[in-house]
Parts: sequence; C-alpha cells; structure tokens
Amino acid sequence: MNEGVNVVALIVFLFFFALVTIMGFLAARWRKAAVADNLDEWGLGGRSFGTWITWFLLGGDLYTAYTFVAVPAAIYAAGAAGFFAVPYTILVYPLIFLFLPRLWSVSHRHGYVTTSDFVKGRFGSKSLSLAVAVTGILATMPYIALQLVGIQAVLDVMGLGGGESTHWFVKDLPLLIAFGVLAAYTYSSGLRAPALIAFVKDALIYIVIAVAIIYIPIELGGFDDIFNDAGEKLSESGGSLVAGPDAHWAYATLALGSALALFMYPHAITATLSSRSREVIRRNTTILPLYSLMLGLLALLGFMGLAAGIEVDNGQLIVPQLFENMFPAWFAGVAFAAIGIGALVPAAIMSIAAANLFTRNIYRDFLKPDATPAQETKVSKITSLVVKVGALVFVLTLDKSTAINFQLLGGLWIVQTFPALVGGLFTRWFHRWALLAGWAVGMTYGTIAAYNVSSPTQKHFGGSNDTIPMIGEIGYIGLTAFVLNALVTVAMTFVLRAMKAPDGVDETTPADYLADAGDPKVKDLPPQRAEPEAEQREPTSGS
Amino acid sequence: MSPPSGTASGPVVTPSRVVAGLCLFAPFVSMLWVGSYDSIDPKFIGIPFFYWYQMLWVPISTLLTCIAYVLVRREQAARKQATRPPEGSEPK
Repeated sequence: MNEGVNVVALIVFLFFFALVTIMGFLAARWRKAAVADNLDEWGLGGRSFGTWITWFLLGGDLYTAYTFVAVPAAIYAAGAAGFFAVPYTILVYPLIFLFLPRLWSVSHRHGYVTTSDFVKGRFGSKSLSLAVAVTGILATMPYIALQLVGIQAVLDVMGLGGGESTHWFVKDLPLLIAFGVLAAYTYSSGLRAPALIAFVKDALIYIVIAVAIIYIPIELGGFDDIFNDAGEKLSESGGSLVAGPDAHWAYATLALGSALALFMYPHAITATLSSRSREVIRRNTTILPLYSLMLGLLALLGFMGLAAGIEVDNGQLIVPQLFENMFPAWFAGVAFAAIGIGALVPAAIMSIAAANLFTRNIYRDFLKPDATPAQETKVSKITSLVVKVGALVFVLTLDKSTAINFQLLGGLWIVQTFPALVGGLFTRWFHRWALLAGWAVGMTYGTIAAYNVSSPTQKHFGGSNDTIPMIGEIGYIGLTAFVLNALVTVAMTFVLRAMKAPDGVDETTPADYLADAGDPKVKDLPPQRAEPEAEQREPTSGS
Repeated sequence: MSPPSGTASGPVVTPSRVVAGLCLFAPFVSMLWVGSYDSIDPKFIGIPFFYWYQMLWVPISTLLTCIAYVLVRREQAARKQATRPPEGSEPK
C-alpha cells in the first residue's frame, strides 16, 4: 500500500521499542522478592501491585492493540454497530465490582493462581477445573495471535511489510524480531515486565488519542462535517450512523455478552490477582472507566477515516493509515509505537496467564502432582514461550481471518466458564457435574451456531450474531449459549440433587471470600514467601 | 456487596446495600435499552446523540460505582467496629 519506508516514523518507533525492551529486562529486578522461584513471583508479580500499577496493568491488558485497530475498523465498515464496545466496557465495571473482590480474597487465602485453581478448590472436581483451564487456553491463544495482527498492521503502514514479491522470511522478519524480544523478557521477568511497560504504553496511547481527537477534526472541518461525510459514505456501503430498530437486540446482547466474558479471560484474572489487596480492585473499578472514554474517542477515529476519504482494502489498516496521512511523520511514529507497544503488553500477560493455567491445572494436576514451586515456575516459563511460538505460527501460516474467527469463538467459549466461576464465588448450590454439563452444552451450541453464520464474504463464522431461539430476534450467540448453559446447569443440579449425586469437597469457607490484606491467614499463604508487608512500599499509590 | 453467606453479624439487606445495588444496576438498564438512545438528534458539537449519550454514561456509571464503593466501604468499616475492638491493622 505504501511506497517506501517512512524513515522518520520508523526511527521514532524503534526508539520506543528499544526503550521498552530495556525496561522489560530490567523489570526482573523491580520490587524483587527474597524467594523468586515460584509462580506467585513470576506469574503474579509477587501479588504486590497497588492501585496505580494494577490500573495500568489492567488497562494495558484489556485495551489491546487489537482493540485499537479493530474497534475503529468496525466503525469504518458498519458505523453504529461497531460502537457496542463502549456500552460493553461501561457494563464491565459494575459487574466486576460484585465478584472480583471475592475471587481475590479466596485466591489469597488458598494461594490460587488461576480461575481453575479456584474451581477445583470450590467444587472438588478436577474435570471441571480442566474444562475451565482448556477453555481459557483455547480462548487466549487466538487473542495473542491477534496482537501480532495489530503489530503487522503498523509495520505494513510504515512500509516494512514489503511487497507481494518479497520473500516471506524477509517480510516477516520485523515481526519475528519483535516477538523474539518479547518472549525473552517475558521469560526472564514474568509479569513484572508488562506491568512496567504498561506505563509507557498508556502514556503514549493517551497522548496520541488526545492529539488525534483535537487535531484531526480541526483538519477535517469539525465533527459536523465528519459525521455528514461519514454518514454519506456509510449509506453507500449499507452502514448507518444509528443502530436502527432491527439491530437493538444485537447491539445490547453483544454489549452484555462481551461484558460477561471479559473477566473470564485468564489474562484479566492474572492482572487482578497480582494486586495487593481487595481494596485495590474495588478502587480500580472506579478508575478503569477512564479507558472506556478513551475507547469511545478512539472509535470516533473510524468516522474520521471515512470522512478523510481513506480507502484501505483491509479495514484493519484504517487507524494506522489515518495517522500516517494526518500526522507529521515523527508523531505518526509515536502513534505507531503506541499501537505496537499496545500489542506487546497484553501478549506478554496473555502468554503468562495461559502458561499458568497449563502449569497449575494440567501439568500439576494430571502429570506431576508433586511438582515443587521451582519446577512449576520452570514449566510456566517454557510454556509461555511455546504459547507465543504457537501464536506466531498461527498468524504466519493461517489466513488472518482464521485468527479472527477463533477470537470470535474464544469470546463465546470463555463466557461458558461464567457459571462455574462467578456462580461458585457466591453459592455452592450448583452441582459440579451440572456445571460441566452446562459448559459442554454452551460450548457445543455456541461453536455450531457460529460455524453456521454466513456473510457475503465468508461461508462460515461470518459474524457473532444469530437468531435467538424462542425470541426470534438477532442476538449475540455467546449470550444465547450462556443462557442455555445456565438453564442446563440449574436443571441438572435439581436432577442430581434429587438423585443424591455425591458433591465434591469444598476446601473454602465463607470467611475466605471476605478476607482482606492484613487479615489473619492472608499473609501466610502464598507459601514460602517473605513478609508481604515488606513489599508495600509502592511510591505511586499512597492513600 | 457482601452476599448472604458472609459475616454472621447484621442483616443481609441494608439500606446502603440496596442503594449500592441500584447504583451498580442502573448502567445495565440505560445501556441495554438501546431504543432510548438510538437517534441522531440532538447533536452535541456535531456528534450524533447515539455517540455522545453513550460516552456520557462513562462518567455517570463511574460516579455511580464510586458511590457504591463508598457505601460498601463505610458499611464494612462499621461492621468491623461492631465485631471486633478497634485496631489500626487494616492497611489502606
């Protein structure tokens, strides 16, 4: 698409990339604990992060490069329908306000590192825990792959993508280097690396958005012109500036279903469990919405792309291309760095989260029950590499749309773990086998329904919406599958209780769900740790 | 929003918990009722209603979550006072 390489932008981009690489390796020494050879250290950053670090970490984790690229791309393609990301992120925070503090407390009391750890402890069921772990890994892998797609989009626009004739190895070399570096510092520093880099990422993102939202409208003659032009362009392509009465169900169910799914993702939980106290999480639900505001502004860039008359054959390129066209070269470089680093942070956290799941809930539970913490850490580190290589192979060998299809499936798969996890946090009434049955039904229905959706360009996986059975409106498949899952779980629980099917052993007590830092027993667990209080010297979060 | 199984002291449903619950529930009503905001007018600095209204709900829901946070915290502190003698052990 671009002739030649944008040298100035590339230099700025490389500068920031080098900066975060150095930070990534130095992060190993940041807030280091006495005994560092366990998963609490490598995989959860010592469970010591305060309000601000957690805020940056969660923000860096949830608002990924793919989000920055895909949300404006959806607006660019369809208009209003793509804006569902905003109500979705509005709904997330009241939701997690209710259950995340409980998950934090029980995880601290029992040293849980993953959601599957909790499910196993609560329901005494290894198979249910395995189901949750496998779902988590399956849903995370394509998500990591899509981060690569985000980096690729930036590299492409900078002119590093090469032409059609370029040898594939030369073409993909920049991506390979970026991921090699990422893998190396994740391996050595664990969760501390993305936590530290997230500061740079968010600072850049906020600067870029602030500038873009003021500068570009001035260039394009104000929001009135932007929306008039965009509206005209959209009406030609079948999109619209409003959702339209037929799409209300789809819009609302997508927002709700995605909100339910978001904190089921392993990487979101990893960032949550790395925080120092229950209060840190509650406080974060009140400051995280700042990112939603940013996301809304970002989405508007899609309209600016339309109004500016930018034509891209791949919608994913719309934001990078808009920056390239509108900004001076050096600032375009800053913007590209923001997106590129925005891919590195979540990719690191996701690979750590997937690695933790594998280590705790497959390796330790099924392969080597007597694994020492040091062995667990070793396995996790290696798995984080394997997961990243897998994602890389995914992107380089398969069609990009395959990654997007899997991401779509990942979202509707992961929400099927909601009854076991969130249900389990509040009640033990659900029977473990009923939860497993509900999960299986939800997964099967969701996968088949998604497979059968066709679009003008794709025969299968053409979108995430389908007719809701009984209601007849078009709605998000993930939410339909979730409702089905919940119904099966409730019905089966009644049946199993009537049959007096044996319950698993619950190792948690009601008080575990309310424990906070400083309470008795909280500091005893994670095992063989130095006094956690010694780490509460974080300068940024004095309260 | 400590649920029933929690601490043994005090009633499960209290006025402040109800208010906190409503604060957390309000965004769901407003955001899922798409028909209430699916229009172009009134515009704000040229931005159609559909967009600025939803973005306006970001600060509104933030404010509501803050209120819920303060209410829950206050109640927890009160409960702690009631169940055990005052001590400065809880780190903030």
